[in-house]
Formats: sequence, C-alpha cells, structure tokens
Amino acid sequence: MSKYKWLVPTIYIIFLMLPIYWLLNMSFKTTTEIINTYSLWPQQFTLDNYKKIFTDSTWYNGYLNSIYYVVMNTLISVSAALPAAYAFSRYKFLGDKHLFFWLLTNRMAPPAIFALPFFQFYSSINLFDTHIAVALSHCLFNIPLAVWILEGFISAVPKELDETAYVDGYSFWRFFLKIFIPTITAGIGIAMFFCFMFSWVELLLAKTLTAVAAKPIAATMTRTVSTSGYELGLLAAAGSLTIVPGAFVIYFVRNYIAKGFALGRV
Amino acid sequence: MRKTVNQKAWFFVLPVFVLVAFNAAIPLMTVINYSFQETFGDNVFFWEGTRWFKQILQSDRFHGALGRQFLFTFIILIIQVPLGIAIALSMPKKGMGVSVCLVLMSMPLLIPWNVVGAMWNIFALPEIGFLGHSINALGIDYNYTQQPLAAWFTTILMDVWHWTSLVVLLSYAGLCAIPDAYYQAAKIDGASRWSIFRHIELPKMNKVLTIAILLRFMDSFMIYTEPFVLTGGGPGNTTAFLSIDLVKMALGQFDLGPAAAMSLIYFFIVLLICWVFYNLMMRHEEQS
Amino acid sequence: MSKISLNNLSHSYLDQQNNDQDWALRDIDLEWSNGGAYALLGPSGCGKTTLLNIISGLLRPTKGEVFFDEKKITHLSPVERNIAQIFQFPVIYDTMTVFDNLAFPLRNRGFSEDKIKARVKEIAEMLDLSQTLYNRASGLTADGKQKISLGRGLVRSDVNVIMFDEPLTVIDPHLKWILKSKLKELHQEINRTMIYVTHDQTEALTFADQVVVMHEGQLVQKGTPVELFEKPKHTFVGHFIGSPGMNILSCELINGKANFSGAAIEIENKPISHKTYSKTQIGIRPEFVSFSNTGIAVKVLKVNDAGRHKIIDIECDGGKLKMISSVATTIPSGTAYVKFNSKYTYVYGDDWIVGK
Repeated sequence: MSKYKWLVPTIYIIFLMLPIYWLLNMSFKTTTEIINTYSLWPQQFTLDNYKKIFTDSTWYNGYLNSIYYVVMNTLISVSAALPAAYAFSRYKFLGDKHLFFWLLTNRMAPPAIFALPFFQFYSSINLFDTHIAVALSHCLFNIPLAVWILEGFISAVPKELDETAYVDGYSFWRFFLKIFIPTITAGIGIAMFFCFMFSWVELLLAKTLTAVAAKPIAATMTRTVSTSGYELGLLAAAGSLTIVPGAFVIYFVRNYIAKGFALGRV
Repeated sequence: MRKTVNQKAWFFVLPVFVLVAFNAAIPLMTVINYSFQETFGDNVFFWEGTRWFKQILQSDRFHGALGRQFLFTFIILIIQVPLGIAIALSMPKKGMGVSVCLVLMSMPLLIPWNVVGAMWNIFALPEIGFLGHSINALGIDYNYTQQPLAAWFTTILMDVWHWTSLVVLLSYAGLCAIPDAYYQAAKIDGASRWSIFRHIELPKMNKVLTIAILLRFMDSFMIYTEPFVLTGGGPGNTTAFLSIDLVKMALGQFDLGPAAAMSLIYFFIVLLICWVFYNLMMRHEEQS
Repeated sequence: MSKISLNNLSHSYLDQQNNDQDWALRDIDLEWSNGGAYALLGPSGCGKTTLLNIISGLLRPTKGEVFFDEKKITHLSPVERNIAQIFQFPVIYDTMTVFDNLAFPLRNRGFSEDKIKARVKEIAEMLDLSQTLYNRASGLTADGKQKISLGRGLVRSDVNVIMFDEPLTVIDPHLKWILKSKLKELHQEINRTMIYVTHDQTEALTFADQVVVMHEGQLVQKGTPVELFEKPKHTFVGHFIGSPGMNILSCELINGKANFSGAAIEIENKPISHKTYSKTQIGIRPEFVSFSNTGIAVKVLKVNDAGRHKIIDIECDGGKLKMISSVATTIPSGTAYVKFNSKYTYVYGDDWIVGK
C-alpha cells in the first residue's frame, strides 16, 4: 500500500492544477476560438489578451489599485499589531484577556454584514472610492490575525532578552527596533504573508467601497462579463494575471514553509 | 512566562484597538440603529421596535437561506476534513517532494475569490469548460445554470478545490510535529496502521484539527464571493446562502431595516456556534 | 532470551561514502551472551543510538549482519525480533489508561483478555504502577510514564532483549536514582538481556556487568567496569572514564621503551618493536601517580580538596598532570618527584594501546 501512497497527493495536485490550466489555456485563445471550438490547448496561440491588459489603463490600473491597497493594509496591520502583540505577550493589564478575545471575534463576523454600513460610513467621511478606505476596512480582519500570529512568536522569545537590554541601558524603543524585531523576523514574515493573502483575495468589501479611482481588478473583471459582451479570452488573461502575485509570494516563502513544518511549529 | 502587571500597556494596544473598533463599532452601531427603525429615505427614521427581527425570524426566505447554509456547511465539513487529513497522511515527511507539494497545494488559497468563482464558472460550462464538457461527454446531462443539483454539485466541488488545502496544510503541520519515537514504539508494539492513526496521530493532531474545523466552519458559513460569481445564487435561489441573501437585501433592495436585523441574527448564530465549539474544545483539553 | 552477535556491522546515513566521517558505524564486531546487563557508553554522536536501532530492527545496516542465537535477523522487523525499546522521553498512548497502555502490545498479538489482565496486573505490581492502573496515562509524572514504557516492553513474556536509549534523560535527579535501582532489581528478577545506552559513565558503570565503549562510530573497548578502569585500550576510554580522567601525554617510543619527560618509564604493555606510529602517548590514571623521592621532577601547581581525597595539579617537562592522593598525604612544596605505578602505565600508539 505504501508503494502507491504517492498517488494520492499526485492525483490531488492534478485536480488542483486542472482549472488553473484551463484558465491559462483560454487566456491564450481568442474569444471566438473559445466559443466555437473546444480544444485542450490553443489552436491559434495568441498573446492579444495579455497585450490588451498591459496597454489598456482600465485594466492594468485594476492590478495597481489592488496591489496598492493590499500593501497599505499589510503595512498598517503589521505595524499596529507589533506593539499590541508585545503587550499581550509581556504584560498583564486590565481587560487584556477580554480584549484579545474580542479581537478574535471580529474575524468571526460575516463580511456581508459590514457591506452596507461600511459603504455608508466611508461615504459619509468622504473616503469612498479611495485605496485607504479598502486598506482600513481590511484591518478589521487582518489586525486580529496579525496580533494572534505575532503574539505566538513573541512569546517564544524569552523575557530575559528584554531584561538584559534594560539593564544594558537601552531605551525601550531602541531595544524594540534594534534588538527585538530582528529576533522575530520569521513571525513578522508570516504575519505579513497572511495579511497579504487575506487582503488580496477579499473582494466583497473591496468592490463595495470603490467605484472608479481605486477599483480593484476584481470589479474590472466583472465588468467584462456584462458590458463588453462575453470577452472570455480577456477575462481568462486577467484572471491568470491575478494568480501571479500569489504564486510569486509562495515561491519566495517556500523554504520557510517547509522549514516551519519541519520544526514542528504550528 | 511571568507577565508583569502594567496598565501602560494600553498605549501599545491603542492603535490596534482604534483601528479595529473604528471598523467594528461604527458599522455595528449603524446596523443596530437600522435594525430597530424604518426609513423611507431622506434620513428620516421611525422607531419600529422588534418588528424587523420578528419579520426575519418568521420569514420563509430567511429560513430557506439558513437551511441551505447549514446544509452547505455540513457537507463541506464532512468532505474537507477527512479528505484533508487523508491527503496530509499520504504526503512524505522529508525529501525534495515536500516543498513542491506544499507550494502547489497552496496555490488555490492565494487566488482572489472572484477569480475562483469566475474560473469555475467557465470550467463547469457544458460547452466550453473542461469539466462541463467531460461530464456531458460521459452521457450525464449536466448544466449548472439550470439544474439545482448540478449547481450544488459544482459549488461544493469548487469549495473543496479551493479550501481543502488549508486542512491539508494544517494537518500536515500537526503530523510533522509528532516525534519519530512514537512511530518506532508503535512498530515495536506491533500496532496496525489504523491503530497508529487512532491512538497516536489523531490525538496529537487535536489542536490543529480544531483550528482547521473552526476556520472552515466560519469561512464556509460566511461564504459570499465564490458562489455569487459562480451561480449568483441560482438557478432561482437554490444556491442563495446566507451572505448572498443578506447582500441582496441590503445593497440590492436597500431594505435597511430587515437587512440590519438579519445581519445581527446572522452574527449571533456564528458567535454562538463558535462559542459552543470553543468551550467544548477547552473542556476536552482540560480533561487531558 | 538470546545471544546477540554483530558481525562486521557498518552503517552510513548517506548514499555514498567518501571517507571515514561519512560512516556512523564502522566495523562493529560484538557478542553478548544471554541475560546479561550491558551498557553502550559514549559521547553524543558516537553512534550508540544507531547501533541500538540496528539491533532492534528500526534501522537496516548498510553492511554486516545481526544474529540472535544463530539465527540471522538482519532483515526482520522489530515485531518479528521480539524486542522492547524504551526511548529518551516517555512514549505513551495519551488517550488510553495505564492498563490499556500495558495491554496494547498483547492485544495486538491477539491474546485473550483473561491472560492480558493477569499479565498486566503482574507487571504493574513489579513496577509499582498498581495504584494508578486505571488512570489516564497522560496524567502521570515523567518517571511514571517511563515505567509505562518499560512495562509495555516487559509485558510480553517472549521478549528477547530490552533496550534502553538514555531513558533517564527527562527524569528528575532525585527520581533517577530510584528508577536506576528499579532497573537493576528488575534485571535480577526477570533475567533478560538488557542493553543500556548512555553518555553518563556513572549510569553505565553501576548498571552494567559489561560496558561497551564507543567513539566516532567504532567499538573501542568491551569489558567490565573494572577492566575499563584499570586497563583502557584506547585513550578515549582512559579520558572518558574516571573523574578526573586518565592523564595522557606525549612520549617517545625508543627501542621498545617509553621515554617521557626525559626519562625512561616502566610500562605494563610490551610494544611491538617494528611498528611505527604517528603519535605515541603515555597514559596513567591520577590514582596511580604518587609522590616519591626520585623519579620525574614536577612542580606542584594547585591542590584541590575533594573531601575524600585530594586532586593535585602538577607540571613537569612532559606536560601537566593530575594526581590523586589521600587526605593524609603531605604535599611537598616547590619541586617534588612523582612515580607512576608501572602496572597501570601504558603506551598508546595512535590512540590505541600498543602491543599487548
């Protein structure tokens, strides 16, 4: 039985790659070819779809907007979470356990219930259709996650490090920035990875809070289906390109993932 | 670690508190506000008491969506958890294959959710999609835009494709944490493969499985984008889960009152189930 | 019960071996008779766990054979060899009671419940676990859990060899002694071959009838604790055993006689005259160095009072030495002379004892 064990992950991975392959397949075909002929690979290979996306600003702006607010959100979330996670790890204070739990409950709220209130709220403070609005709204889910992850890593660093620095005469912020943060770079990396991931894939709020100026690629893609007819080839190319940042990030952290598992730390 | 008592720690926590409260409290207040009132526009509100809550809790439409949601989440958990564990068990613990496996398996998790929906939308179409075309080629009449059963099948398959890897990765992490000595001792004791799973692997994966089940429950119960892009809730409203129904009401029909009431009810259901689950898990941990 | 023989055993964790370092074990030839208590002693990384795992069947050796009595068992699985192994940290089945833990190996082999119950009770009695028999195994202390591990090994009456891989590592110091005595007691009671792997010489020397010392994958010496102490066959053994260890200093081998610190020294072993070595050393234990009126000129550096005896640091032309003398001895000040008890003075060539 163990001889065929490798079959299981192999079949699973093939299953995972199929829809992605199909998307890539279609992205290199013209829409006419897609509708008229069914084939497993492009009969007339074309790069037109990709060309359109790279040259038409309505398209590539979608990507830029998305990347912009995702990076913003990641930076805000992790920067705010760092001191908070430190506090949760090292100190006892009034309401600390309740606060921690409250943070986690925000992760449990269905985003759908925030769609309308966020729409009205951000409109009322004139932040509708801005990148910062999306970045801030994603904080609701990403900050609790970042705090939870960072707290785990910070708690693994012995308090003796802090005390030694204090005895050596470091001011708190100098200690925190120069000594402490370098010890938890793995944790910061992981927190940033997850923030990036959740912000990049979340689209209900991103769509709700934007119209034109900060429109993420998701909204642009839905437009293709309704207005310009069924531009499947273009849609497929746009979709394929959204997979690229994710694949990139995963490629860079692949060693950490494997190492993390090897060390047995969840 | 011994924590020192220090109320000044609140300063550290302040940015987080402000950002999250800002995003949570304000909408929540708005929602609570709306749930008790009626408006005909122009920012004029009339107090309605618990009328919206009663209306929602008694509405067939809500019951329908809630029922569908529970069914969906139930099926998802039943498939994804055992499948995820099984795949994790079959993965090698060391060697070159490991990082390749992990990287490829993580890919579905990083695709924007609307792209997932769009991908499957096309993938499952009878004429131009690989899946749709293949199933029909086998002789089965399959069209998810018109048949409720096909729509459910496609939605579930899509979610399995999308999220099983999360269970796999978490289970795999739990498995890797088990020291070799346990397997060696089991070998010496003459334990069967099933015994090893039941008495060593499963207990030791307890924590990660709890996280995995909790996450999958929450996320599948709140699911919106993928099924919306795939089926739009149809055909008809056969795949209209709670979130889809709620957004239709709030942003589509602008029925603010009922939508707000439904939001609160929705949130409390999730909170309740999570709380129950969390307590069960804590009690189980205390016992051991 | 079995006689264990290892023939020409070598093992490497790498696919290809280019030099000595690539081998975890090199050319081990060993024979252990029935029912003895043996220790495998050596520092971390010397290959003792590898050797243990080859004997128990958890590892297949790259080269060589393992025999139980006359039967070749190199390719048999652990279950087929009827061995028991206790690991560094307690390995128990958390979800089961102590009773079920002990019964587990028997249940897997299909024994009847009555037989199982009787046997488990017997073993629990032996290990003082009867009180906690129906508690959850995960609730016991570390030493209790190790006893459960041990119990799972003993519960099978046909077990041939019981192997211990540094089992006291996680036990509290004051409980270590109790557990050690228990092990010795058990060995006398059930009379099965026991192999105890450790890096702690006290554990090894008190538990075992015969100790095997390993160093860098090789078997360096096998003998009783006394033999190892009095006649180390390798400088490593001299070093490792005894506290403080043997004094090992360079010397010269001229015409079959040892020359140290400018003088000829009487040695116990007779070197083979035509053999040459890249390194020759002389070894003498501190216990066998004493003050005298003539001999090697030394300067007394420091006297350490160790309660029962004194440890004295001395220096001569050949290097620094330690010696042990009784509390009553007067220590000469300034220059003094020491002599080596020739019966326990040896010459080592390239770390191995020279000649016979």
